[in-house]
Formats: sequence, C-alpha cells, structure tokens
Amino acid sequence: MNPLENVEGPTITAEYPTVERTPKNYFTEGGHTLKSWLLTTDHKRIGLLYLYSLLVYFTIAAIAAALMRMELITPAGDMVTSDTYNKLFTIHGTLMVWFFLIPSIPAVLGNFVLPMMLGAKDVAFPKLNLLSWYLFNGGGLLALTSLIFGGVDTGWTFYTPYSSTYSNSHVIAMAAGIFIAGFGTILTGLNFIVTTHKLRAPGMTWFRMPLFIWSLYATSVIMILATPVLAMTLALMGIERIWGVGIFDPRLGGDPILFQHLFWFYSHPAVYIMILPGMGVVSEVITCFSRKPIFGYHFVAFSSVAIAILGFLVWGHHMFTSGQSIYAGLVFSFLSYMVAVPSAIKVFNWTLTLYRGSISFTTPMIYVLGFIGLFTIGGLTGLFLAAVGLDVHVQDTYFVVAHFHYIMVGGMVTAFMAGLHYWWPKITGRMYPEKLGQLAALTMFLGFNLTFFPQFVLGYLGMPRRYHAYAPEFQIYNVMSSAGASILGVAYLLPLIYFIWSLKHGKKAPANPWNATGLEWQTPSPPPKHNFAETPVVDGPPYQYSAEKTEAELNAS
Amino acid sequence: MADAHAALQEQFEEMPQQKEAATLGMWAFLATEVLFFGAMFMSYIVYRQTYPQAFAEASHHTIVLFGTVNTAILLTSSLTMALAVQAARENNIKWLFRFLAITVVFALAFLAVKGLEYHQDLQEHLWPGPHFRPELPPQAQIFWMLYWIMTGVHALHVTVGVGLLSTMAWMTSRRKFSDAYYTPVEMTGLYWHFVDIIWIYLYPLLYLVHRYAS
Repeated sequence: MNPLENVEGPTITAEYPTVERTPKNYFTEGGHTLKSWLLTTDHKRIGLLYLYSLLVYFTIAAIAAALMRMELITPAGDMVTSDTYNKLFTIHGTLMVWFFLIPSIPAVLGNFVLPMMLGAKDVAFPKLNLLSWYLFNGGGLLALTSLIFGGVDTGWTFYTPYSSTYSNSHVIAMAAGIFIAGFGTILTGLNFIVTTHKLRAPGMTWFRMPLFIWSLYATSVIMILATPVLAMTLALMGIERIWGVGIFDPRLGGDPILFQHLFWFYSHPAVYIMILPGMGVVSEVITCFSRKPIFGYHFVAFSSVAIAILGFLVWGHHMFTSGQSIYAGLVFSFLSYMVAVPSAIKVFNWTLTLYRGSISFTTPMIYVLGFIGLFTIGGLTGLFLAAVGLDVHVQDTYFVVAHFHYIMVGGMVTAFMAGLHYWWPKITGRMYPEKLGQLAALTMFLGFNLTFFPQFVLGYLGMPRRYHAYAPEFQIYNVMSSAGASILGVAYLLPLIYFIWSLKHGKKAPANPWNATGLEWQTPSPPPKHNFAETPVVDGPPYQYSAEKTEAELNAS
Repeated sequence: MADAHAALQEQFEEMPQQKEAATLGMWAFLATEVLFFGAMFMSYIVYRQTYPQAFAEASHHTIVLFGTVNTAILLTSSLTMALAVQAARENNIKWLFRFLAITVVFALAFLAVKGLEYHQDLQEHLWPGPHFRPELPPQAQIFWMLYWIMTGVHALHVTVGVGLLSTMAWMTSRRKFSDAYYTPVEMTGLYWHFVDIIWIYLYPLLYLVHRYAS
C-alpha cells in the first residue's frame, strides 16, 4: 500500500462545490492566445513565464560552463584564448547569478505557490508582478546583447578600475542589463512582502504560515534592501567608464576598495537570496515525506529572519586580502561565524524531522536529502573561508569556487529541482515519471560531487580560479571535474525531457497527490484562475502529519 | 462620480485592505529608495572623512543662492502636497486639483532653477575631467562627481514626481477621487515628501560644507 494514502487529513477547512467533469483551470480560463500570456496578471502564469525565460538563460550559462570544463581537461590553454576564457566565466557568472539563481525559486515557485499557500486570489500588486517579468527580461536581453557584440571579460564582480577603465569589452550593456533586471527583483520582493502582510486568509496567523513563506519573506526583505545598492554601485561604475572620471578613480584619490565594499554589501546578502528560498522548499518537502510536523517550527522560521539580518553584516569577508584593515577583517570573520548558527539550526531541525519519521524516498525527497548533505559541506567550507588566516591561503583558488558551487548548485539548484518536482503536479496537473525522477536526482547528486569535490583539493593545492591553463600536476582533478560536469549535464537534461513528456503523457494528477497539508493542495490541479472556489479558513498549525498513523496503516495492510 | 467599489481590485476583499496594502507597498518602495541613495551618501561620507580640506574647498564653488532658493521651493511644495491630501480627505475636489497643480508648478520651478545652476556650473568648469578648474585639488573632482550624480539622480526623481503629480491632477479633473477613495494621491504624497527629504540632506552636504568656518 502506498504509505501516503489514507493519512490523517489536513485540518484546514474549505468548502468546494461538487467535482465537475472538466474543472476550469488557469490554462483554460483567460484564453490560450499568446497575448493572454504576455499580458497576464495571474501569478501562476507569471511564474511559468519566469520558468520559460530562466530556461533560456540557464542553457546559455550552462553551455559557457561546459566550454570551460572542456578547456580545462588539458593543462595547456589550447581550446580557447585566455580572452575568450575570461568572457566565458563572465557569461557563466553573470547569467547564473542574476538571471537564473536569484529569480529561480522566488520568481518561479514563489510566484506560483505563495498566494495559494496564504489562501489569496493573487499577489497584492498583479500588474507590478507582470512588470517585474518585463524588467527582468528587458535586462536579460540587454545582457545577451553584450554577448552578441563580443562579451564582457570582467568576471561577475566588475571590480574597478579594470571594469571602469581598462576592460575593452561591453561592460556598460551588461551592467545596464543587471541594473534593469534588479528592479524586477525589487518589485517581486515588494509584492511578496505586502502579500504576506495583507492577503493572508482568515485564520492564517504568522505562525500558521508554511515555512516556505517565512523563507520567501526573509528573502524579499533582502531583495528590497540590498538590490538598490547594487544598482547604484553599478551605475557609479558605469558613469566612471562613460565619462572617464569617477569616484573610484585612484588618480583623483578615489578608492577602488570602496567599490568592493558597496558591491559585496549587495552581493553577500544576495548569496542568501540564492539559498533561503531553497531552505524553504526543503522544509516543505521534508515534513511531507517524513509524515511528521517540522521539528522546532519557530526556530526554523526565525532562523530565516536571522540569516537575512546577519547576512547584511558579513560582506567584508570577501575582502580579507584586498587591503582591508586587519581589525575589520577580524570583526567580519566573527560575524561570518555567527551566520553559521541559524544555518546549523535549520540543518539540525531538518535532521530531527526525519528522526522516527515515516520516510518515503520520492524524487523531491531524494533531492532534499542531497541538499542537506551538500549544503552542510558548502556551509562548513564557508567557515574555513571565514577564518582570516586560512582564507589568505585559499583566497581566489578553486577552494572558493567549490565552496560556493556547493551552496548555489548543490544547495539552490537542488532545492529548485526538489520544488519543481514537488509542485509539478499542482502546476501542470500531470505526474512526472517517478522512477526516472529518482534516477535523475541520484545522477545529479553523483555528478555534482564528482564535479566539485575535486575542486576543493585543487584549491587547497593552490590552483587559482579564472585561469584557462594550469600546472600539469593538477590535471587529474580537472579531468575528474570535467567528467562530473558531463554527468551533471545529463542529470539536467533528463528532467527537461520527462517534464515535457509528462505534459501530454503523464498521469493526471489529483488535487493532493502527496497527501500534503498546505492550502495549495486544497484546490484542484491545475488550480482555477482565482485559486480557490471560496476563500479558505485556517484553524490550525501547518504540517499536521502523523508518522505513527502512517506506520499503523502500513502494518495493518 | 468617484465610486469606491469601482476601484477595488479583485485580489482584495475590501477597500481598507487595499489601502493598507498600497501604503505598505509604498513604504517598502521608499525603503528601497533610501538604500539606493544610501550608496551615494556612503561614498560621500567616506571621501569627506578622507579629504575634508578638498571637500570644503570644492563646496565653496557651489552656488548657494540657487541651492537655497530650491530648498525653499521644494519645502513649500511639500506643504502644498500635504494640503492636497488634506483636501482629498475633506472631499474638497476643487482644492485638491488646485493644490496638485500648484505642487506641479513648484516642481517645475525647482527643475528650472536646477537647470540654470547646472548651466553656470558647466561654465565655471566644474565638470570633473581634463577641463576641471586646475586650481582645485584632484580630490575636489570626487566632490563634484558626487555633486553631479546625487543632484542628477534627485532631479530624475523630481521629474518622475512631475509625471505622477500631473497624472493625479488629471485623474482629479476626471472625478476619480473622493473622500472615499484617494489612495493614489496619498501615495504620491509619500513619494513627494521622500524627494523633499533627500534634498534636505543634499542641501547642507553639498552647499554648506565649512561655509560657517570662514
């Protein structure tokens, strides 16, 4: 018997009219025309618009990564010139950070499920939501234009004075693209904050909200407070580049380190934009497939807020070797250690949620278990880097590359895949093939580790990042890494293929295929345009799962 | 006539909820704006701390008369904006329109004065670069770069304000507002006061550095 069947029903009450034969949903309501999609204000359709555009940016950035890994199979720089290699890692970095990771979970899954989880008809400002998508893609097209005209070679960090004075590439177009897309991010964050405050269903108190909402709320706060600083910093850099004079110019007494301070004041909190939503997905999935309430709800909720706040106070750990004062370095080092506390709280609480749970290894759950392991490795190596002395040794080596890929790919991309599988039946009304899903999840875990674990060794041995040629003794690790990357590529292609396949041939999904709690499962799959036939009323805490009951039923059968 | 229910959007249950959402959204947006300007203010603080002498010298070349006149204009326009919101609250549509129109005129006057000032600044070679006044120290160029960027971004906000205020005046003339529904006017007011507050900081930071000392 399927352990997920016949579990104690959710305590959230909502009344629905008797089931119709062909229920209306957000695909059929509102029309099938291209215009009905491009001018939609439905949060669900906007979530899908984001999904389509992210796929484009992700593919381009992934191709850049594949080319880099091909170049690095041999020690000699024989496939591309060093100039081209610089452009490849810049494309990879800028597109992955701003045009894939930052919008991935918030703009796709968050847009789709946040209003439903709260019991709302839509976000607070549906038109702004659509504007976000246009700003995002307007910026994206500008960034792609810079690639067509020859690319950018500054790296995603745009450090001055190289970016402002010496680079002969299309820095302005790329920076302008990121500037514009940033306002899309700000509007998304603003929408989520107001929706969470003002559009919760009756009875949906703050501590009855799913933890995914808490993590999106914390993310949104970072989005609206950090992104404008990046926008202004890039503008200041761009002004310096256009007019040949500016405030970071050392010839006038300007300080290039100030650029780094401003840049990381945004970009370190942005790291938490790229992981907090993933943590929210993990909390949803792990309770559902352990059939247990989350361990320590309040701690998990507040750790999201704590990460958002502390995340603003640690930017200086990117600059230990930049000529920053050693005392500032020590303070930033201490504060960076502090961030590990709420992160660890989450990991411990997820682990304790598993304890004595009735665990089923469905596809989303495999991704989530992978997340916990990979995030832990990524987080702990982050502590290595936060230690000033050790950082001097591994700064700007592959150790750093491996560390942040464990967080961003091992963490966020894995969580994105978990969430996409978890909500796929809700989004499309179809089930994906479970066995293939499990295979893809395992392949991704193996491919990922083979790609990035050798890079820790490489970095520790001293191979610097951003070079297309290297000393011959590093070759074995680089070959392992490139082999892993090709496995990872297969693991990404597989879901793409079976997701598309499932749209036509997948089993029809019921309203609640996982027997999950949460309001989004209380409405048909796919949901109607306004989400609920009647505004739902909430009368209990989230995650009322019961492992004992599931066990009992398993034994009885 | 202005009908409150016609303005209720479908995602909201009732008007007060919609208004609270709009207000919270506007404050969140202003928080974003504070951080947007924050990067410039931070840079200003850092450099003024590092080069106090050069900043004082550079600041002496700003045209304090224009700056002061503009401060008066903008503060007064904030008053007329507040009066416009009050008129809406009292359902005095005639004065709502008039106060909005007066605020637009003040905003345009601010931009006109700023334009004259920019013109004179350029003639006095205060644009950083090879033609910058040679008698000033190189760090003065940083002050002037910040002057151009900060006042420029502020003027951009004033220009957006002119657009918003004109739209509000136009909507008022089309009878879109009443004491039952005037949220957009109030939100425009919040924005306008924010623009004013930014200037209140810019004025002493750019025009009055060490003027008292000499």
